[in-house]
Amino acid sequence: MAKGIETMSENNFKVTYEPLNVEETIKKVADRNAGAINTFIGTVREMTNEKKTLKLTYDAYVPMAEKKLAQIGREIAADIPEAKIAITHRIGELEISDLAVVIAVSTPHRADAFEGSRYAIERIKEIVPIWKKEHWQDGEMWIGDQLETTSYPEGKPLYKEATEDD
Amino acid sequence: MIKVLLFAELEEKAGQREIEYDMEEVSVKELRNKVQEDFPNITGMERAMAALNEEYAGEDTPVHKDDLLAFIPPVSGG
Repeated sequence: MAKGIETMSENNFKVTYEPLNVEETIKKVADRNAGAINTFIGTVREMTNEKKTLKLTYDAYVPMAEKKLAQIGREIAADIPEAKIAITHRIGELEISDLAVVIAVSTPHRADAFEGSRYAIERIKEIVPIWKKEHWQDGEMWIGDQLETTSYPEGKPLYKEATEDD
Repeated sequence: MIKVLLFAELEEKAGQREIEYDMEEVSVKELRNKVQEDFPNITGMERAMAALNEEYAGEDTPVHKDDLLAFIPPVSGG
C-alpha cells in the first residue's frame, strides 16, 4: 500500500458549488516529509481564439467524479509513493477568472510534485465526469472532448494504467 | 427498475436527467439503443461512455434491476 494513500482521505477529492479556496486544498497535502508542494489552478478564460466567453456553467456526476478524482490520486501515489494529493473542482456558474479546479501535490522532491500535478490535470480531462457549458454572446454549448482526440470509438474511456509513465 | 442517467448535452436534449426502465436484465448496448429510440432528438449518444454503478463499463456489460447506468458524454472538466 502506498504510504501517501494511508494519509489521503476521501475529503481530499471534492466537487463543490462553493468558490474554491487554494489555501484549504494546499493544507490537505501538508506533510513534514514534503520538500515541495506544487499547485495547479485552472481558471475561466475569456477568449478562446476569436470567441468571447461570457461565463461558464460546470456540471458533474458528483459521486462518480469524486471517485475518479480519488482514483487519479491513487494513480499518482502508485508511481510516487510519498506523494499526497488533493483536488477540488468547482461546479455551477463561474465567471471569467474564477477558479475552476485546484490541484495540490506534495512530495519530498520538487520534480515529482510538478509531474504529479501535471498528470492530475491531464487525467481529469480524460476520465472525470465533469462538463463545462460555454456561454457566448451568440449562443451556448456543452463542450466535450477537450483533448481534441477523436470521439471514443469503443464507448470507453482512454484508460491508462497507473503504472504507465506520465 | 433500472435507472438511467443522462448528462450535459444528452440531458439537455432529452429534457431530463433520469429515466427509469422496468427491466430485469439488459446490456449496456441495448439500453443505449433504447434511450436513443425513446429520445430521438438526442445527439451524440454514440460518443457517450457508459458507467455502471459509477464505474466505466463496456458495451456488453449486463445491467440488472436496481442498477444505475449513466451515459457520459466526452468530459470537459479542469
